[in-house]
Amino acid sequence: MTTATTTAGPARAATAKPVTMAQALNRALRDALAADPAVHVLGEDVGTLGGVFRVTDGLAKEFGDQRCTDTPLAEAGILGAAVGMAMYGLRPVVEMQFDAFAYPAFEQLVSHVARMRNRTRGALPLPITIRIPYGGGIGGVEHHSDSSEAYYMHTPGLHVLTPATVEDAYGMLRAAIASDDPVVFLEPKRLYWSKAAWPTGEPEPVPPIGRAVVRRPGRTATLVTYGPSLPVCLEAAEAAKEEGWDLGVVDLRSLVPFDEETVAAAVRGTGRAVVVHESSGFAGAGAEIAARITERCFHHLEAPVLRVAGFDIPYPPPMLERHHLPGVDRILDAVGRLQWEEG
Amino acid sequence: MTVLDTPAWRPRTDPAPLLPDAEPYRLLGTPDAARLDDAWLTTLYGQLVRGRRYNQQATALTKQGRLAVYPSSTGQEAAEVAAALALRPEDWLFPSYRDTLSVVARGVDPVEALTLLRGDWHTGYDPRAHRVAPLSTPLATQLPHAVGLAHAARLSGDAIAALAMVGDGGTSEGDFHEALNFAAVWQAPVVFLVQNNGFAISVPLAKQTAAPSIAHKAVGYGMPGRLVDGNDAAAVHEVLAAAVDRARGGGGPTLVEAVTYRIDAHTNADDATRYRDDAEVEAWRAHDPIALLERELTRRGRLDDELRREAADRAEEMAADLRRRMHAEPRLDPMDLFAHVLAEPTPQLREQRALLRAELEAERQS
Repeated sequence: MTTATTTAGPARAATAKPVTMAQALNRALRDALAADPAVHVLGEDVGTLGGVFRVTDGLAKEFGDQRCTDTPLAEAGILGAAVGMAMYGLRPVVEMQFDAFAYPAFEQLVSHVARMRNRTRGALPLPITIRIPYGGGIGGVEHHSDSSEAYYMHTPGLHVLTPATVEDAYGMLRAAIASDDPVVFLEPKRLYWSKAAWPTGEPEPVPPIGRAVVRRPGRTATLVTYGPSLPVCLEAAEAAKEEGWDLGVVDLRSLVPFDEETVAAAVRGTGRAVVVHESSGFAGAGAEIAARITERCFHHLEAPVLRVAGFDIPYPPPMLERHHLPGVDRILDAVGRLQWEEG
Repeated sequence: MTVLDTPAWRPRTDPAPLLPDAEPYRLLGTPDAARLDDAWLTTLYGQLVRGRRYNQQATALTKQGRLAVYPSSTGQEAAEVAAALALRPEDWLFPSYRDTLSVVARGVDPVEALTLLRGDWHTGYDPRAHRVAPLSTPLATQLPHAVGLAHAARLSGDAIAALAMVGDGGTSEGDFHEALNFAAVWQAPVVFLVQNNGFAISVPLAKQTAAPSIAHKAVGYGMPGRLVDGNDAAAVHEVLAAAVDRARGGGGPTLVEAVTYRIDAHTNADDATRYRDDAEVEAWRAHDPIALLERELTRRGRLDDELRREAADRAEEMAADLRRRMHAEPRLDPMDLFAHVLAEPTPQLREQRALLRAELEAERQS
């Protein structure tokens, strides 16, 4: 099902206006609301305020507060209500205000959202999109910087997506809302203000769910990453040139489904791989990815697959978070440990 | 006039009309029962006798190894049946795990209703066919679903209502609170029926809540609370039907507490003698829902041998059919494990499906 794509996104018109990831997400929601009356946005402060990150800015005004609804402050209630709305044929898009505030909804997610289709032999699909701003790097105080993707990845019955570019933010959110499966859509907070030029004419393409993309081809080692760690990896790959390493970078985009084909093809081409993410390493997403790379590429590997991840500590206070988050140096150190002497 | 008088900080709802009555509302055996017609009472009687037989048969099936477990609603048939009968076909029912009887009374095939407890699949019926949500095992988690569905119906301009069922133990869960709060804020057309049967497995109500009654909790959310004798089928039905009509007509949600008693243990796997006296059970047997109806019908000279026999015969037919069909081995296809996990299965799921297929093929050949 998967095809390796080597692209940095569609060509931009010269007159294109720069937009932020938050604005691209906003545009995706607006276009989805306009395209399908079944789409409903609900969450805390998504209406009048436009969301604490302004991702829902203007939607209540344009589509009315029945289509973009400020709910009571209760995440299990929000997601539970979305289940009922989806049972009635609507396509709810739920906003959880911050990663760590989504935990009260965990039971609804695991016990109902992820299981309803299976439990009812397909009679009750739940096309719900759960948007969750996640990750650190913005100086957030406690409970505002968690990376919770591994919890969701471990739950059968969900898709788990995370965009890393402005273009993907738009296209992947449209794809998530159009999907008949429940999608946990993890938005990297620290990339909300990242910018890209926006085409003035053609609508953005909607990428299929489940395809990784090679952001940078490389010959000597492959960095496998996603979401907030993509820019760090691209920076590391640039810096690695000084060391004589030509690093490729794969952006997973979709953690579930996991695009083994694209990842394996890239790693087979280099024989060395480092998986990079900012969430804690122990039993994290990288453990699964490294295991699968080893299973698929063992005879092509020149070194064990390494992981560079956040420490196994509760998310640190903001003044210390830079020590926790994988940075360029930690990534290059790992690349340096890929047994070059034996290569 | 001070800032304390500004609208956002002032109580917006007069609590008095929301308060439940001090005593559970009753009809059978009271002068008000005169307005009930004989045919309706006869219908309720037949339904309750059938429901009682269903509970007995399902419990028997656990002993015969045909059901993994059965949480009986013996003693609670009045509320179970009334909940189903209070709804129109286009309304939705959201049952908890103890409400199989309600699901059957709503028209779902008894064998399909027992699939969860038999263990051949989780939900055996198509929820859309009868507008019955799956039996919910995690307590109170189905209540927000009922609110969301009712809200969606209202947004769609459809005049329907949802009735959500939960037990006294379930009212301690956070989802109970969140569901009632959302329902009231949204004025969703939903009715919450709490069957207060006195116990959450072994824990009595006094260790569950310090509220004046469960029905009183409604006031805190700004919806009416109704307290009703849960063993009085006519009273429960009247209260629920009025609440459902009110919801359907845009009047908003209602919380109904039906006071009842679980005559059987929590499930066939439970030993109720560890936490309650036989004397208590016997006292409730004297207030049995079928006995209450029989007394009313007797007072009217309507309970003759023919009516009893007809009700018993119909119940026995249902039980015999259930027994026969439950003793047949269910059709199992292990490949179903992969059929409905996702609309778009992951590559990993496809691989695992192929692995299972190969294992099954190897089994067939050996």
